[in-house]
Amino acid sequence: MQFKITVNGKATNVDVPEDMPLLWVLRDVLHLNGTKYGCGIGQCGACMVHVNGRPARSCLTSISSAANAKVVTIEGLSIDGSHPLQVAWKDVDVPQCGYCQAGQIMSAAALLATNVNPTDKDIDNALDGNLCRCGTYLRIRHAVHAAAKIKRESTKKTAPKTTSSGSKKRQ
Amino acid sequence: MEINRRSFLQATALTGGGILLSLYPETQAKAQFGPPAKLSPSAFVKIHPDGKVTLMARSPEVGQGAKTMMPMLIAEELDVDWKSVKVEQSDFDPKYGFQFAGGSFGTPGSWEPLRRVGATMRYLLVIAAAQEWVVPTTECFTASGRVFHRPTNKSLGYGELAAKTSALPLPDPKAVPFKDPKDYKIIGRSTAGVDVTQITTGKPIFGIDVTLPNMLYAAYHKCPVFGGKVVSANLEEIKKMYGVRHAFVVEVPDIMGNILPSDPGLESGIAIVADNWWAAQSARKKLNVVWNEGRWANQNSEDFAKRALEMSTQTPARTVKVDGDIDTALQGASKTVEGKYVYPFISHATLEPQNCTAHFKDGKIEIWSTSQVPGSGRSMVAKQLGIPESAVTLYMLRAGGGFGRRLTNDYMVEAAYIAKQVGVPVKLIWSREDDMAHDYYRPGGFQFLKAGLDASGKVVAWRNHYVTYGDGNRYADAADMRPNEFPQRFIANFGLYSSVLPLGIRTGYLRAPGSNAFAFVIQSFIDELAHAAGKDPLAFRLEMLANPAFPSPPGANNPFAGNLDVKRVQGVLELVAEKAGWGKRVLPKGTGMGIAFHFSHSGYFAEVAEVSVSAQKGVKVHKVWVAGDIGSHIINPIAAENMVQGSVVDGLSELMSQEITLKSGRVVQTNYHQHKMARMSQSPARIEVHFLTSENAPTGLGEPALPPILPAIANAIFAATGERIREIPFSKSGYTLE
Ligand code: FES
Ligand code: FES
Repeated sequence: MQFKITVNGKATNVDVPEDMPLLWVLRDVLHLNGTKYGCGIGQCGACMVHVNGRPARSCLTSISSAANAKVVTIEGLSIDGSHPLQVAWKDVDVPQCGYCQAGQIMSAAALLATNVNPTDKDIDNALDGNLCRCGTYLRIRHAVHAAAKIKRESTKKTAPKTTSSGSKKRQ
Repeated sequence: MEINRRSFLQATALTGGGILLSLYPETQAKAQFGPPAKLSPSAFVKIHPDGKVTLMARSPEVGQGAKTMMPMLIAEELDVDWKSVKVEQSDFDPKYGFQFAGGSFGTPGSWEPLRRVGATMRYLLVIAAAQEWVVPTTECFTASGRVFHRPTNKSLGYGELAAKTSALPLPDPKAVPFKDPKDYKIIGRSTAGVDVTQITTGKPIFGIDVTLPNMLYAAYHKCPVFGGKVVSANLEEIKKMYGVRHAFVVEVPDIMGNILPSDPGLESGIAIVADNWWAAQSARKKLNVVWNEGRWANQNSEDFAKRALEMSTQTPARTVKVDGDIDTALQGASKTVEGKYVYPFISHATLEPQNCTAHFKDGKIEIWSTSQVPGSGRSMVAKQLGIPESAVTLYMLRAGGGFGRRLTNDYMVEAAYIAKQVGVPVKLIWSREDDMAHDYYRPGGFQFLKAGLDASGKVVAWRNHYVTYGDGNRYADAADMRPNEFPQRFIANFGLYSSVLPLGIRTGYLRAPGSNAFAFVIQSFIDELAHAAGKDPLAFRLEMLANPAFPSPPGANNPFAGNLDVKRVQGVLELVAEKAGWGKRVLPKGTGMGIAFHFSHSGYFAEVAEVSVSAQKGVKVHKVWVAGDIGSHIINPIAAENMVQGSVVDGLSELMSQEITLKSGRVVQTNYHQHKMARMSQSPARIEVHFLTSENAPTGLGEPALPPILPAIANAIFAATGERIREIPFSKSGYTLE
């Protein structure tokens, strides 16, 4: 079947079965391999992307349910690695093997989109669906705080102050 | 002791059954390493005309940080600024010397040789500059990628000199001077991982991301019972399904024996090759296979446990180590303590499932792999396909976790076999379910301990009969215990005995093999003895260490002989106790602290955990303190801290929730919902890491920080609740992570 999706701002048509998970459309059809496969059953969060601005596990999102949607993957988070999370991830040196990190960052990005001043608890709530086999959780939490700070400071400079809206429920 | 490849092999022989020997039977080691050769600096260092430097990273990167740490060693002695360095992953090639990731060997195996590579290159650059200026080399020095002439202050950049060095004869590497460590600018300075930006921007750098023109995708379906074979399958129907290009049965000869050989290679199964992996995987779900399940279809975990209990009352099959007279000492003891300890099989569960991409063409094959032992993978592929090793080209990709799982090359041989059948590039991916059902599991085991204390509370007898898996005189991989494992040498009457059960699943090396289970048993039981003696657990351990029953054996300082150095244990115990405020803090009810230490992979670690336990047995680990001694330098502190914190989280998951069980020969657990790892909210909020530096060459950090955390938490739970739990995972006793 033909489906239209917009991935990282680019509209594309794909011809695949309707139950094909978005994860495999991204990886094997569009060759965007930044989104990872870890479990295929919604346990690990390695496949996290944004669908119409909300975090979604692409292994459980069929292409038919993502039809006409706007999808953002790790490759589309910034053009050049300059998203506050990407900057903070490097400063804090978060990754060990790195395999989970795209998913961690996408979950964190969804959190920061609505909450630029998260507490530890907010971060735990937003990222508890993302497993890290290497156990980099302390660094991840630290880096999310650091990224939130970068974001607050840049919004202070460029725009009137926005208030945080509390933690967003994980999907 | 200088560690080069020759001494690595010697050290291997010395350990007599240690990890390195087990990992590398000599034939395999020779196959990978060939005859010891000098490392040529030009293989590792490229100096560009503009002075920029490319350094080759030779070992597989599985998350242990080798790709950053090893080039740091070269760059330090080469005397260049880290910002002018670009790191590239090498392919598999004998010119790089040893290329594997395992046994925490990356650091000790590179510390001397890779610094020598850098120093030799710098030496040549100085000669080239001195010749250019016609001055003695003694008047020259280097800094930040330039050679300076002290009297005239003239200087030349490495980029301007590089071409001239190629004409110079290589010096005797021993004659090349090393820097004074006090002048280090890179070693000891926190350096971000060289791939961080690639990772955070989603670049396709992992094995599973390899994409080639005209590539197809494969799934490989094996019998859920090890060694089972395909009798028939509905392949014609499968071939008609969406996206499927090929579907065929792979037949292999029987694998015999009461335990399985390490890395048995190709196993029988059905390959499905399709336009994308989901198509292959979906077609696979429609497979209808008649299996001949073979001889292992009746294995059950419950039977193992029953049989082990029976064996514990019988005469042990083997005597591993005896000192003194245990029976007499136990009879004369004023108090005896007994404990039956149990630990399960567990899975490596690397987040990136096993995968491999291969392209066979004109009698040659190219392989893109995440193997931790590419050399033995290459031999296996050559043998399986009947081609010479020289016809196998191996590219090494970043791995999404290793933990020992990629020390075997089963998936590589499968990919190679399938690629040869289909003639175009093929990417084989295992599903998570495949990964959990076909792992090389950490072997489970049962330990039956009895110890005796004298009237003063000193341990006078220690008897351990452990039941593990094996056949006759062989143990299943990673199932054996060293004769000199602590507390041997510290107790006058000591006996270590073993009995083995046959086993029809594969076992293998999981991060800190052996130690990851033994530390829990030994350090929990020592805690039991401390409480029986009415002594503080820290003081009790220090007393034991201060009063060895036998002197340290010869070769005790050889890091590979497995004999612990008492001073280094005392050092980390005292440091961790000080940092944690051991015995100095009043804790609320339901909260406790536990302490433990372990020596493995040449590293010394002591850890303290502060834990609270709710009425519903919810366990919260609030804080962990770690003290480690891995030698004179922490090469990359920011990465070292990360590795230790990760080890703590990993150990927490092993202690609390992970278990692989067998029913009718099949692994029961299928995915992460049944083989759980700690999530962010369940991990300790703080993990403080302290290093004690000692006058020893640096050793590895991938493994030794893990073992002590299991007993430290177990002992803390005892301190909080009064309940001693002797079986991992604690979830079986109703405890959950909060
Ligand atoms: S792959 Fe989607 S949650 Fe694990
Ligand atoms: S960094 Fe390895 S899984 Fe998270």
